Amino acid sequence: MVLQSLKNCLWQSCVLRTPKACFWSTASGGLIIQSVSNDVYQNLAVEDWIHDHMDLEKQQILFLWRNSPSVVIGRHQNPWQECNLRLLRQKNIKLARRRSGGGTVYHDLGNINLTFFTTRKKYERMENLKLVVKALKALRPQLDVHVTDRYDILLDRQYKISGTAAKLGRTSAYHHCTLLCNADKFVLSSVLKSPYKGLKSNATPSVPALVKNLFEKDPSLTSEMLLDAIAKEYAGQHQIDHHITLINPADETLLPGISNKTKELQTWEWVYGKTPKFNISTCLNMAYKDSVLDAQVNMDVKHGRIEVCNIDLPEQWLPPELYSELVKSLTGSKFCPNETTTLVTTLLRVCPQDDELHSRWSLLCENMIRLM
Amino acid sequence: VCIHRVRSCSSIRFIKSKYVCVFDKSALKFSHQQRLFRTSAVSCGQIVQFKLSDIGEGITEVTVKEWYIKEGDSVSQFDSICEVQSDKASVTITSRYDGVIRKLHYSIDDIAFVGKPLVDIEIDASKGVSPEEDVVETPPMSHEEHTHQEIKGHKTLATPAVRRLAMENNIKLSEIVGTGKDNRILKEDILNYLAKQTGAILPPSPKAEIVPPLRKTEAVPAAPKDKTHKIPVPLSRPIAFSGKDKTEPVTGFQKAMVKTMSAALKIPHFGYSDEIDLTELVQLREELKPLAEIRGVKLSFMPFFIKAASLGLLQYPILNASLDENCQNVTYKASHNIGVAMDTEQGLIVPNVKNVQVCSVFDIAVELNRLQSLGSAGQLGTSDLTGGTFTLSNIGTIGGTYAKPVILPPEVAIGALGKIQVLPRFNGKGEVFKAQIMNVSWSADHRIIDGATMARFSNLWKSYLENPASMLLDLK
Repeated sequence: MVLQSLKNCLWQSCVLRTPKACFWSTASGGLIIQSVSNDVYQNLAVEDWIHDHMDLEKQQILFLWRNSPSVVIGRHQNPWQECNLRLLRQKNIKLARRRSGGGTVYHDLGNINLTFFTTRKKYERMENLKLVVKALKALRPQLDVHVTDRYDILLDRQYKISGTAAKLGRTSAYHHCTLLCNADKFVLSSVLKSPYKGLKSNATPSVPALVKNLFEKDPSLTSEMLLDAIAKEYAGQHQIDHHITLINPADETLLPGISNKTKELQTWEWVYGKTPKFNISTCLNMAYKDSVLDAQVNMDVKHGRIEVCNIDLPEQWLPPELYSELVKSLTGSKFCPNETTTLVTTLLRVCPQDDELHSRWSLLCENMIRLM
Repeated sequence: VCIHRVRSCSSIRFIKSKYVCVFDKSALKFSHQQRLFRTSAVSCGQIVQFKLSDIGEGITEVTVKEWYIKEGDSVSQFDSICEVQSDKASVTITSRYDGVIRKLHYSIDDIAFVGKPLVDIEIDASKGVSPEEDVVETPPMSHEEHTHQEIKGHKTLATPAVRRLAMENNIKLSEIVGTGKDNRILKEDILNYLAKQTGAILPPSPKAEIVPPLRKTEAVPAAPKDKTHKIPVPLSRPIAFSGKDKTEPVTGFQKAMVKTMSAALKIPHFGYSDEIDLTELVQLREELKPLAEIRGVKLSFMPFFIKAASLGLLQYPILNASLDENCQNVTYKASHNIGVAMDTEQGLIVPNVKNVQVCSVFDIAVELNRLQSLGSAGQLGTSDLTGGTFTLSNIGTIGGTYAKPVILPPEVAIGALGKIQVLPRFNGKGEVFKAQIMNVSWSADHRIIDGATMARFSNLWKSYLENPASMLLDLK
């Protein structure tokens, strides 16, 4: 039945040539949609699309989505400060920057995301969270869950099971939150711990919290059950059918322009380049031959690129021309291990062919790359 | 006539803000006038303080996180001005007016207050937000006749636009009779005067040239919505028109490539090309592919090309050597670290397979798989990318037959492999048969390698590939 209505509406939208499919403009005051995709970029793009294109005056929207393992940082955060990027790369966990504020979260299929779309005037986070708590209590009356004034939901007064963030535009707004059902807590805690030292930044810091899965409290609970309970409560409060419409974030006909939004969210310029200016001041301890070499590094990174770079090396450890060549090349370059690796290895081709020199160069560069 | 006047008046209004800017720049010369003109600037383009509107939920202060515009930028209504954050909510503040940003009241990370001014915007006068008055000035101290204010003891009424027009045409305002209200000199008066002087019929009101930059930005079609098409740059305003040049600094990896390639071209290259019949190798690979797959490895042609090259290098070690900077010494490298050119998003990178001389074809395939997956994930390490002694570039996977590859220093030779094509060839009996043909183009350092050496190496390599069984004889 869901597929049927989608097809009808797509046809109608083609005939009417309206950018918004009629699918969107139902007569009722609310709409519940769920994404068929687990790609964090696609799902974030759907949020952007609804925020930019939908008229929420007549109709509010609840968007349900889940992601494959990903780390999502807030709009004004510093990924180096917030998570273990090395581990993310190793484990192929995606990194995304959302457009709303707030802190860093880890998503996997055991975590559900809820987005409440309203007009700017009707933006009300407390109401939304109370709805979620009501839904949980309707499902399992014995659950001790409540909303804090920091817009978190706590289980047993102690464990955080939900975090919140919001985005306000000119006419519309959205409030989204997570809900921990059965996420991998081990991976969560290891990826959200930053190994990078010496970072100084004005980026929004995350507030770490003790977390627990609802599944740990009640193993009979599943993500599907929770999604359904929340949809039911939303439907009740908005006096609409308890009916979840599936949408495909890759559908350009339904969501014109969505693929561009998805692409933009994946660009390096967005994910890393939007990091507020920060400074790294740290000491590299490099084991060389029989001793340990200390080199003080000082770098300013703006828009994800190295603006200023200073490395304090013992005199003549590297020939001065080579050192200045390294610094000159790093300046303006992306603060990215891959970019730096290809840069320094390419530069090595035009250095004097001396094994000692090469090993020193490699040692220094590898240590620099570890900072990224 | 009435309507005409209104039109010309409004067009003159545009000139005002532009005109004032001209004078602002020439402050030194017209210092006295400038003081007067500055006061007129305030009244001609009205500066409005755009206050930070209510965020909701009783929030009184926010942190400014990013500016999308800077002082001097033109904005249209609904353009994004800045991003502020308050308690996990990120808010995009959009402009209520069309105009030019004159002042930002906060810097990044400052606390901004709801109800207090966020930016000052100079409103586009044509919007009619504020009524426009023609400027009345008292005579300046300077002796500029063109802009002289006095006619017969009366002060002359004329807008700065009109004055400028007069100045540009070397007309003394005193010679013009104003037809406007209170004998105000209008633009038409100047134009008519000019027409009479030259006997020419002047082109209709040059509104086109008067149209200020502000107008043009209005014409940008719904560009703010298309913001998402662009790759986000620090200032996310859509100011580029199509067809505009874009200059970017050469940074990072590109800079390094510039250096390397410049050094590479100092090497005297010579080229040598040939055609290889891979019919037998294609068949062999088909047989071996499933075996490799069972072992979890993808087998392409490259492992064969690489191994054959290593066997060839054993006979012609000069191709696996390095010449020092002063061309004083040649170092024959013991390891055959054969580089494989890879095309990635960043550009050309060349990881190498170490010690091919002691690797089997299967070992090479395993290593290639590893390098390829690391390469596409952007995770190659420094050791993967350094230490190469000889390079093969399989440009044929993208296309092409013959190439002129550039040697990657400190190496002395490189081979470019074209695509495999099915072509008709004659066999020993004079019959035509379907052959799988691939072209190879070698480049070598002519300072230490001569054509004969390159040709013999190529022939040996070719013979191994055309008759893969012969490789068995020499495999170590």
